Amino acid sequence: MVGSLFTASGEGRVGAAKAALNYLLVCCAVVAVVWASLAMAGISLNFDFVAQYRVRIWDGFCMTVGISAASLVLSMLIGVPVALGQGSRVLPVRYLCDLYVKIIRGTPLIVQVYFFYYIIGTAWGIDNRIVAGIVILSLFSGAYLAEIVRGGLMSIDRGQLEAARAVGFTRAQTLRYVVAPQMVARTLPALTGQVASIIKDSSLLSVIAVIELTQTMREITATNYNFFGGFLLLGALYLVLTLPLMFVSRQFEKRLDYEH
Amino acid sequence: MSTKPLAVRLSHITRSFDGVEVLRDVTFEEEVTALAIIGPSGGGKSTLLRILGGLLPPSSGTLAVGGKAVPTDEAGLRAYRAQLGFVFQDGGLFHHLTALENVALPLRVVHGVEESEATDRAEELLARLGLKGEAGKRPAQLSGGQKQRVAIARALAARPELLLLDEPTSALDPEYTTEVLDVIRDLKEAGTRFVIVTHEMGFARHACDDVAFLCEGRLMEYGPSAHIFDDPQTPELQRFLGRLLEWSM
Repeated sequence: MVGSLFTASGEGRVGAAKAALNYLLVCCAVVAVVWASLAMAGISLNFDFVAQYRVRIWDGFCMTVGISAASLVLSMLIGVPVALGQGSRVLPVRYLCDLYVKIIRGTPLIVQVYFFYYIIGTAWGIDNRIVAGIVILSLFSGAYLAEIVRGGLMSIDRGQLEAARAVGFTRAQTLRYVVAPQMVARTLPALTGQVASIIKDSSLLSVIAVIELTQTMREITATNYNFFGGFLLLGALYLVLTLPLMFVSRQFEKRLDYEH
Repeated sequence: MSTKPLAVRLSHITRSFDGVEVLRDVTFEEEVTALAIIGPSGGGKSTLLRILGGLLPPSSGTLAVGGKAVPTDEAGLRAYRAQLGFVFQDGGLFHHLTALENVALPLRVVHGVEESEATDRAEELLARLGLKGEAGKRPAQLSGGQKQRVAIARALAARPELLLLDEPTSALDPEYTTEVLDVIRDLKEAGTRFVIVTHEMGFARHACDDVAFLCEGRLMEYGPSAHIFDDPQTPELQRFLGRLLEWSM
């Protein structure tokens, strides 16, 4: 089991010690390549600034976590109704949901950030950058969540619903005892992955000067000119958040896989 | 033990899907103990069973079971379905639940049985169907025959008025087919009434009391099984039975 801690499933059973050793080797190789590249480019890394700016970095880190958490909740509140709306019998509702998903998924986040903040935000008088940032990120992520939820709904086979009717379940009971548990199992791995995406994507809110982790690092590097140290540390801090999520996502995938 | 029959009356049942008539004017009145519905594929057998089970409304016509008209409103239909037991071709077991939970959950949720009592009943039924060691397994971990036996256990759990089986062995290997048909025969001997849609003619002939032959949406013939097989009246049934003999041993 420890062996599968590190790797994707599917390549058969590998002993825990063997897996850990190999993983360590791969990590060493990656570090060595990065190290060699830095040396060849003549860059020496310097992380002395961390002590000086640790409070600001910590604040930025917390802001990223907070914005991501708020966006996750809000994007769920957007994504689930949109997924259901895409199957609505009321055509304007269905087309609105469809258009929303297509436009959001079809445009870069940075365009949406500018559009919503400077045009929609100005027009409607939203000038709190953090609130605006959370709303924009939620609108963006909501479209992806809607697709995950819709995929989950479509993957529930009709036989399950017919069986639920046959045993005498009401619609509410069918939703609670059959659809919801199967949906959770089918979508939880992808949803967890989406949380990692939200965390990364929140970095783009730096363009409207939300003082989250990336913006904090941009400000620090603008004063001390230590771009390499600053941005490598930035990447590492995002990994601190996203790697555990990816691990949890993989565990869900295995735990909830009752199809096999 | 002789089984008490249940009055089933269908009058002028029709059903069409998108303008295509699948059932045409089916009228049937019989005291049902063990009824097989046979006939060529696409003849409307499953549709008729689903109408009888309250899963599908007929386009026109009425039906009554046990002397009472089958309701047409959703709440009434739900209560009606809850007193029947269904077994589908692929079992229709809930993928995410164990065999035991599949049997016990509807008992608790639909029939309001206490949790411990529902579990006891589920364990008892699974043991009776030879699945004692399988109670904790999910459908994906069971063989085809085991899945169908769990489905039968679930269908029996609330002591249904009538068991409805829609081609329960069509997706199974021959050995599992025998295993499932044996179970159904045992149930019949223990007093369970059932209607089965099947392609297993040996079972229809020897284990069922009556047989109904459905072809191109019409109920061509029905009556005691020996009579249907030994003395088919319509050319359609004669042809159907003749073709079955072509590859028999």
